[in-house]
Amino acid sequence: MTQLPEHTERSLGLVIDLDTCVGCHACVVACKGWNTETHGAPLSDTDPYGAAPEGTFLNRIHSFEVQPEAGPAQLVHFPKSCLHCEDAPCVTVCPTGASFKRAEDGIVLVNEDDCMGCGLCAWACPYGAREMDAAAGVMKKCTLCVDRIYNTNLPEEDREPACVRTCPAGARHFGDLSDPASDVSRLVAERGGMDLMPEQGTKPVNKYLPPRPRDSWPEEQSDTLAPFLAPVTEEAGGFLGWLDRALEQLPGGRA
Amino acid sequence: MHPAPSVILFSTLSGLGLGLMFWLGLGLPAVTGWSAFGLYFIAYALAVGGLMLSAFHLANPKNAPKAFSQWRTSWLSREAWAAVIALLAVAVHAIGVIFFDTRLAVIGAIGSALALLTVLTTSMIYTQIRAVPRWNQVTTPILFLTLSLAGGALLAGQVTAAAMLLPLAGIAQLVHWHIGDARARGPDSTPESATGLGGKGRVRLFEPPHTGSNYLLHEMVYRIGRKHALRLRVFAIVLMVVAPALLLIVPFSPLILALAALSHLAGVLASRWLFFAEAEHVVGLYYGQR
Ligand code: SF4
Ligand code: SF4
Repeated sequence: MTQLPEHTERSLGLVIDLDTCVGCHACVVACKGWNTETHGAPLSDTDPYGAAPEGTFLNRIHSFEVQPEAGPAQLVHFPKSCLHCEDAPCVTVCPTGASFKRAEDGIVLVNEDDCMGCGLCAWACPYGAREMDAAAGVMKKCTLCVDRIYNTNLPEEDREPACVRTCPAGARHFGDLSDPASDVSRLVAERGGMDLMPEQGTKPVNKYLPPRPRDSWPEEQSDTLAPFLAPVTEEAGGFLGWLDRALEQLPGGRA
Repeated sequence: MHPAPSVILFSTLSGLGLGLMFWLGLGLPAVTGWSAFGLYFIAYALAVGGLMLSAFHLANPKNAPKAFSQWRTSWLSREAWAAVIALLAVAVHAIGVIFFDTRLAVIGAIGSALALLTVLTTSMIYTQIRAVPRWNQVTTPILFLTLSLAGGALLAGQVTAAAMLLPLAGIAQLVHWHIGDARARGPDSTPESATGLGGKGRVRLFEPPHTGSNYLLHEMVYRIGRKHALRLRVFAIVLMVVAPALLLIVPFSPLILALAALSHLAGVLASRWLFFAEAEHVVGLYYGQR
């Protein structure tokens, strides 16, 4: 059913800390691993050992350079997956009813048995969060590990998305963003959590925590090691000095 | 956006076929018998052929019948319904004029309206995509509708109507390019808004997520051939509008009309290719495009 629910009981989602992410891609591997082994079509690779390997991924890490007006640039690692938008354009465009948003927890899913592989939902998503699997011909996207978070066969500590479970830096947090008292909501409030492309009107559930401000960077202290590395002498002495001076005497030697 | 041949051919041919059905439904020209059969054959070959081509765009066509289910929210689903109902209504009218020499004017008019409605639903599939600013504008449906009406008039031999509609379609095309260029350059979505990092400075992609390509890049970050865009625009507008309009001034003959229709078809194909190839999707902002 591609009509969006008017209200979701909970809004499960991720809070991603751009200050903490080290860009190690561990979450990418964990996501690919879990979602290939469990329900639905596996996330296929094409030409994996050839000249142009490609594959389906539900989570990818970009790295951006942010250049302020003054001072050095900052590198920000930027994980991106489905934001489980409240106003999900990918859902309403779907002609078959394969795409839907759950009223109970707000997770946006694809029912692969109904998908005809038209790709319209991937066009509608501004974030590039949906990828058509080349082998299966059906649309794949982040499920928020719906088969982990409610899975009573797993130990309690594993009942969270694979990416969150695996992140060695603790940069990914999972919880109910509709509950102002939840850990994730408090993080968002404290750290100024933000939406990606708010102008697209999708009302993403996932939030991103901006990098914390860096220390100030006055020009004269720009490098603490520089004084120790400064050359101790400008003039070369000994044999090299003699050679240097002798060469300079030759025609064209002095610039 | 990737200019997939199946989608370009589909929207061009079915647009033309449905445009012809619009005029035939109104009894313009008021043909019966074999000549009616000929015209309806062309209309159905174009419309149904085009619709069948669109199935090549599906990665999992066995679920295509399910596309009728979500007409409440999905323009693609509405298109499926509109197309089937239009083809049926026009068929009833066609059977009347071809075999019984009787014109069911009301059903014909309903068929005409439904044929146009189908073209509108096709155009709305693109217009609704906010993530493609060049498409997400009011002249997209106007362009599709005027092209379909003008092309249909050419095929139906409606010289006066075609002479009026061709320039209109041309204007719609020029305005669509103009607004599209402005929207594509517009400040709406930027690498800064895409990453939320604009408050800190100017954002540049430092390292893409992977060294190879992926579905998103193939499908939505198409860049090849854009450098020829201006030349192709001239080519498109000349073949699509200018040449057929000039041919209509020449004393009428079926050969001239066929020539005008062929030129128009080639022009619309070029225009539709540009419609996709020039369209920028905001996901490109995550891959280093501005
Ligand atoms: S991020 Fe994209 S795929 Fe996910 S809900 Fe939003 S629009 Fe849909
Ligand atoms: S690709 Fe599948 S899920 Fe996406 S819009 Fe088409 S049918 Fe729906």
